[in-house]
Amino acid sequence: MTAAATLKAWTGAALAAPVVWLASIVNVPLKFWQRATGTGGMAAFFLAPNMAIFGIFVLVPMIINFFYSATSGTAYFLQDRTYVGLEQYQRLLDCGNYLDTATCHEDLFWKAVHNTGLFVVVQVALMTVVSMATALILNREIVGRSFWRAVFFFPVLLSPVVTGLIWRWILQRQGLLNLIVHDLGGEPHNWLTDRFWAFTAAVSVSVWAHMGFYTLILLAGLQAIPRDLYEAAEMDGTKPARVFWRITLPLLMPNLLVVIVLTLIRAVQIFDEVYVLTGGGPGTSTLYITQYIYEIGFASLLRNPGLASAASILMGLVLVVLTLVQLQVGRRGERKGARE
Amino acid sequence: MNKTRTLLAALSVSLLASTSAFAGDVRIMWYSDGVEGDVIQDILNRFMKDNPDIHVTLDNVAYKVIQEQLPIQLEAGQGPDIARVTNIKELAQHWLDLRPLVADPKYWEANFADTLDWMRPDGSNAIPGFMTQLTLTGGFANKTLFEQAGVPLPGDKATWDDWIAAAAEVAKSQQLPAAFAIDRSGHRISGPNVSFGANYIGSDGMPAKVDDGTKAFVGKLVDWTAKGLMLKDTWVSAAGSTYRAAADDFINAQIPFYYSGSWQVANLSTKIGDSFDWVATGSPCGTAGCSGVKGGAALVAIKYTKNPKDVAKVMDYLAREDVVKEFSERTLFLPAHKGVVDKGGLKWVSADKNVGPALDKFVKAAGETMPAADALPPWKWANAYFAALVTRVSQVMAGELSLDEAWGRIDQDIADKVAEAK
Repeated sequence: MTAAATLKAWTGAALAAPVVWLASIVNVPLKFWQRATGTGGMAAFFLAPNMAIFGIFVLVPMIINFFYSATSGTAYFLQDRTYVGLEQYQRLLDCGNYLDTATCHEDLFWKAVHNTGLFVVVQVALMTVVSMATALILNREIVGRSFWRAVFFFPVLLSPVVTGLIWRWILQRQGLLNLIVHDLGGEPHNWLTDRFWAFTAAVSVSVWAHMGFYTLILLAGLQAIPRDLYEAAEMDGTKPARVFWRITLPLLMPNLLVVIVLTLIRAVQIFDEVYVLTGGGPGTSTLYITQYIYEIGFASLLRNPGLASAASILMGLVLVVLTLVQLQVGRRGERKGARE
Repeated sequence: MNKTRTLLAALSVSLLASTSAFAGDVRIMWYSDGVEGDVIQDILNRFMKDNPDIHVTLDNVAYKVIQEQLPIQLEAGQGPDIARVTNIKELAQHWLDLRPLVADPKYWEANFADTLDWMRPDGSNAIPGFMTQLTLTGGFANKTLFEQAGVPLPGDKATWDDWIAAAAEVAKSQQLPAAFAIDRSGHRISGPNVSFGANYIGSDGMPAKVDDGTKAFVGKLVDWTAKGLMLKDTWVSAAGSTYRAAADDFINAQIPFYYSGSWQVANLSTKIGDSFDWVATGSPCGTAGCSGVKGGAALVAIKYTKNPKDVAKVMDYLAREDVVKEFSERTLFLPAHKGVVDKGGLKWVSADKNVGPALDKFVKAAGETMPAADALPPWKWANAYFAALVTRVSQVMAGELSLDEAWGRIDQDIADKVAEAK
């Protein structure tokens, strides 16, 4: 053995020594635990720290939030608040016609629900199509493929607040876009005070900011599809569109469903970049449900923590239902795929 | 065994030390609009030199922290020892009564009597602190733009209609995007509302329904926005009660007339420099008067402090007449100290020729506010009224509600808030 190899071995042993020592200490109770509880107990042992953190930071706040939603008052401590049962929920759901916010007691809540619904439909569809198209392009042998992948992923690394600010500077009345429009001889437009354009901006910025992540998921799915299927289709002279519909799309379905579920959940929770970009305006046309909860819980001078908690629980229920539906659809798709 | 005991004792001491303030430590939570953070630090350094047994830490935070995080800390019985706040009345139950702690309570009563009610619970005679600045809402005009357009500045008793007509003429002549803007704030439109005869407070001290005075001015404001005379961005491009100032549009000479308040003087001076001349105009007149609304930021002691005696010493020092005078002169803030105001002769520390006359104008206008406006700062429900106004009026401007629908919603929002607080 050379001197260098000896030194390397000694260094390795020295570094490993504390770990070996610790393992020897832990080993005794672990062996006892495994004998007593079997492999199920070992799984519980290793999962326990994670579950404890999840419990403290997610489960317990959720339960506390539920209690908050059954109270009223301006105090923040539960013991200082008045128990009102389901009154906050009744107030939120008090509506003559759920499609007409003017008939609702909490009209802003229902405005936010309607706006979120529209945003989810448009954004999820656009995000899925754009991510898919980008993934298909980036999966081809194009010049500078790695560069383009990095370019599309870069916005994901930005903080949502930074994303919102950048686009606000571009779209505001004295922003970059209007400067370009003006220089080209056009009439500058107040993009962020126009309901249509503010909504379009909110959707587009959100897609721009997150599509890199979903593209990556789809790209991984595309690369997992066996090449021989495409080669066989090529030999049969199958048209590219048919290849996409009959090979790519069915085999990409599990990844696509993941993308749709994640996009859907993220779209329902949309807040930060749109809050910075439009502030929920013009009027309340880009006021989404999370902003409503934030405003009514913390920011507004009309703050009402009980109402905000009730709204967040309703939103949570919707998210749970949506996720279950999506998972059910996914399972059916997988079963169908397996049968075929 | 002894070793274990020693270790446990050391651990307990370090834990206690990490969770409680040392005697002599005073923390101040402070936010700044301009240079006041530097000025107060300078004054506190002098205080610490004279009082070496007291160490004052100034935590400079964003205004949002004061608005959103401090109330939660206070609810938890925590927070700093002293804080600079604007939500003075609503959080009054958390302020420390300095009456038994300050050197001379009579001095405090004599000099801050007008504003003590703003910061203590109704019916209390507590001395929780003092106003670091008195503010008054009012207008600013870009004198240079008016001169370039050949439009004379409306006079002292000019009405809102006069001002908007003149500003519209300037905007047209100078090809500006709008004639004027008002900050997106319920507080800011309350002076004009009162000038048109509005009274938010019912005979029982509770919020009154939206009256004809409010309807008159808000109706005009919505109309001016629809006609493009008021800059649409400020009010329309946000939801809820989010605050938006239009100062940058005035600073960038995009509007010839801007309605905000005295706290903007330092900001305008710093950012406009010698780009153009500007003047404070006071509040334009309505049908009932020409009033702005007073307000300001208070420095209050927090009742959860571990060092109330040291806190009182700091407060006594900062409330001294000479210190208040120096603070006001250097920050360009209107003082709330009666002695300083009565003696006059404030030497505003600014080389900007626009600053002195502007501040003098606000000092003069502060004596001309209407009773309905003066009743707002110490009124518990003022913030609820302001928030409902700004939320609903901006919806009208965005075309989501009619004015009639807005009145109903404002009344309902305020009633809900009152019911929630019971």
